[in-house]
Amino acid sequence: MVEEKDKVKGGVITGLQAFRDEVITKYPKKVAKKRAKSIVLSDPEQIPEIQANVRTIPGIITQRGCTYAGCKGVVLGPTRDIVNITHGPIGCGFYSWLTRRNQTKPVSGEEANFIPYCFSTDMQDSNIVFGGEEKLKQAIREAYELFHPKAIAIFSTCPVGLIGDDVHRVARHMMEEIGGGINIFGFSCEGYRGVSQSAGHHIANNGLFKNLIGRDDEVRGSLKYRVNLLGEYNIGGDAFELERLFEKCGINLVATFSGNSTIESFENAHTADLNMVMCHRSINYVAEMMETAFGIPWIKVQPIGARSTAKMLRKIARYFGEQELIDKVEEVVAGEMAEVDAVKATIYPKTQGKLSMLFVGGSRAHHYQDLFEELGMTTIAAGYEFGHRDDYEGRRVIPSIQIDADSRNIEEITVGRDATRYNPRKTEEELKVLEEDLEFAEYKGIMNQMEKGTLVIDDLSHYEMEKLIERYHPDVFCAGIKEKFCVQKMGVPLKQLHNYDVGGPYAGFKGAINFYKDIEMMVGATIWKEIKAPWESEAYIEAQYAY
Amino acid sequence: MLLRHTTAKEIERKALTVNPAKTCQPVGAMYAALGLHGCLPHSHGSQGCCSYHRSALTRHFKEPVMAATSSFSEGSSVFGGSSNLVSAIETIFTVYDPDVIAVHTTCLSETIGDDLTQIVSKANEDGKIPEGKKVIYCNTPSYVGTHITGYSNQLASFIKFFSTATPKKRNVVNLIAGWMEPSDMREIKRIASVMEARVILFPDMSGVLDAPLTGKFEMYPAGGTTQSEMTATGDSKFTIGLGAYSTEDACVKLENKCRVKFEVVEIPIGLKATDRFIVSLSRHANVPVPDSLTEERGRLIDLIADNSKYFWGKRVALFGDPDTLIPLTEYLVTLDMKPVYIVTGTSGKHFDEEMARILKDIPEARFKSGERADMFQLHQWIKQESVDLLIGNSYGKYMARDEQIPFIRLGFPVVDRPGHNFFPYTGYAGATNLAIRILEKFLDHQDRTCNEEKVEFQM
Repeated sequence: MVEEKDKVKGGVITGLQAFRDEVITKYPKKVAKKRAKSIVLSDPEQIPEIQANVRTIPGIITQRGCTYAGCKGVVLGPTRDIVNITHGPIGCGFYSWLTRRNQTKPVSGEEANFIPYCFSTDMQDSNIVFGGEEKLKQAIREAYELFHPKAIAIFSTCPVGLIGDDVHRVARHMMEEIGGGINIFGFSCEGYRGVSQSAGHHIANNGLFKNLIGRDDEVRGSLKYRVNLLGEYNIGGDAFELERLFEKCGINLVATFSGNSTIESFENAHTADLNMVMCHRSINYVAEMMETAFGIPWIKVQPIGARSTAKMLRKIARYFGEQELIDKVEEVVAGEMAEVDAVKATIYPKTQGKLSMLFVGGSRAHHYQDLFEELGMTTIAAGYEFGHRDDYEGRRVIPSIQIDADSRNIEEITVGRDATRYNPRKTEEELKVLEEDLEFAEYKGIMNQMEKGTLVIDDLSHYEMEKLIERYHPDVFCAGIKEKFCVQKMGVPLKQLHNYDVGGPYAGFKGAINFYKDIEMMVGATIWKEIKAPWESEAYIEAQYAY
Repeated sequence: MLLRHTTAKEIERKALTVNPAKTCQPVGAMYAALGLHGCLPHSHGSQGCCSYHRSALTRHFKEPVMAATSSFSEGSSVFGGSSNLVSAIETIFTVYDPDVIAVHTTCLSETIGDDLTQIVSKANEDGKIPEGKKVIYCNTPSYVGTHITGYSNQLASFIKFFSTATPKKRNVVNLIAGWMEPSDMREIKRIASVMEARVILFPDMSGVLDAPLTGKFEMYPAGGTTQSEMTATGDSKFTIGLGAYSTEDACVKLENKCRVKFEVVEIPIGLKATDRFIVSLSRHANVPVPDSLTEERGRLIDLIADNSKYFWGKRVALFGDPDTLIPLTEYLVTLDMKPVYIVTGTSGKHFDEEMARILKDIPEARFKSGERADMFQLHQWIKQESVDLLIGNSYGKYMARDEQIPFIRLGFPVVDRPGHNFFPYTGYAGATNLAIRILEKFLDHQDRTCNEEKVEFQM
């Protein structure tokens, strides 16, 4: 239970500094020293340095997953018309099969959709001993014979790197053998490569740029207001809601990386005039490379929360600068906000003043604070599972981040201006004028938004989570499936921000309404008040004695 | 169509698995380790393995699944994961204080050849294992066998590290649970208790993966076979293994180590497998079968007899694990249904032989086990000639929807319906549950899809 002294005072909870000092005393000395650097008190005025994107301490019970999960599961998983073959023992392909709720909607019954399928080479011990390249080649042949896909991607699991199978060579070989314009490419995304999923995102970004983006120059559809949305994975239909809004405003969405996406949209993405980055952590590399190669500027957007969604739409209108679009956006925002406000008014009194904590991903722990703010709730602790320092402190710190051995493993591809297709979308002067409102190529990080004195923890351990809940008993805790039932056993509802507890969409205006209603349900559910049986109460026991 | 690329036309596949009917060893080892009281499973490999396994088990049980990882980096993959494991052991005992850490390997640590015996003894020499605490381990390379193999290997390690024979045998029968639900373990313990048989059940996930919500998180819930029970298995007079694939190895190891004779029977799913289990327990625990169980059996017979016409001749497709599929297929045959297509990703002669025996009077039946015995194969058979019922884990729902086939969720993982954690499929009670489930599916299907003039008020 929350003690009076720990309750929110003037918007900020007290005692968090003491909590931090106390929690690390449990660890072995070396571990405590390391963890201390990943737990800081936020101060938007003077953003402190946090240790992030470093190795997890073995045995500490982390939320993190692996490089393969970030590459195959997160970034490439949501595209429906690529046959994604996992090269490895059966497990990795099995666990990344339909587990991320990437919804997709083929435009016709005939269009390719491989999302409900799992493809694997199912490596056996003989493949480990004698090499797995021949089996991989044969698997590709069979996949082609059965499905005739436009593209096949190969994802390496741990043993592949160790035994020296060259998936890139196999890809080239098979592309030649099959011919007919099929695109086959590999990813060296072995699980051990990075300190978390984040390395896999980076590897996936490189692969997208090398193998897909820019292969098709044909400009399709309207020439006006052409944008890409990056780092949106259509969990629970988020992409559908954003697509709805763009369409309503007359904004042309060329490609989404990678929610509800197709290969064609990736190949064509360089024909857009603005890149919008939603999940900065997982996709900022693509935005950077496209700017360098094709001259497309990028901005950070945050279409989670009604106000932030409106802000995103206004930024797009400002960027293109045409009155027609500016008016349309204002009209759409006014109409949508009226609906949002009507729902919010009924829910706000029930959620106002309640406490939330968010420990998830590489952007959601930040974005979802907007939704909680709209409900009048305070986020007193938050952190990422696989964020880097720039996701906490802002991109200004990037030059000062030390490249360690784990980051050096990841291929850095050098991208230059495309000889024929580089085309700056705005002049230097135009960019300068727009800079104040749009803040190109900028992300200020989670700590810019969190109130002074709130707690920021990177790569939260199970122990730290348990202590946070025991001490502060938040009204809603946000994390993932592994944490869900631990937290709920403690009588605190947990909102999953990876799979939304099979809810959503939560993006955009309709998404905000969905989220408000789900949080109303979570903080209001009757069952949390019924945990103790009548005979477990003091009064009952006394009554028994009296009898 | 969800599985729009699946057609009836088969090609000979030599390398590509599509929609597997199996997963890898370590998740089985993790599941089995949770059946030991006060035990924290530990995955020696990349942290993604641990994350995936915990997620898979959590989605299935809707319960906390605690486990730690060695968090391999590229460096550990080159130089070996010894220091990762030693430091993990120290951190785990300091922070999470389990009684036992059960380490299992992964394809990564197996490929680089980490020697667990040597690493754990180093941790011990370095004083990282506190007095009275234990670190046990087993090898579970993901490129050999399946999740069932991993489960079996974990049980074998329980025998290796705990079972001890003293000079005095006790009048106790060991029951080794094959891969089943905690609800099934409860049911098996109930049967033993009704029979007044003295048993030690291991592993025992009841009370661990179906724990109550109390307002307090218990990292080591009340359930699980205790270490002292596990040690005492060496003094038991007999062992009954439930499911050859998941328990036979442990039975053999226990006999070799402690001279405890054993018999392997099927997991008691369905009428006949339950009969055999009860006969075996009655004989080896030397207890009579009480009338109450005979009555339970009689009620099941009554239910089946009353509804024979709905079962007769219905074609069924199944996928899952061999220890479940063997008794399940036999039960369907007992119900006069026709199990026509059966696949399991777990290979072995025993499955093929048992299937051939059980299905000898159903010439159209096809079954396949091992590599590429996957759900894609099963779906292709269904495309060639459809079935009336599909039984398998939640991945079956895509086939069931596309083909409009009634579908019963049974196996691992079941992530989209509750119930498996409450209602057993073992024992006569479980066979009753299953028969009723099947009837409800058929009758609901008929009510929903038949012509209006054919809607029956009484069925």
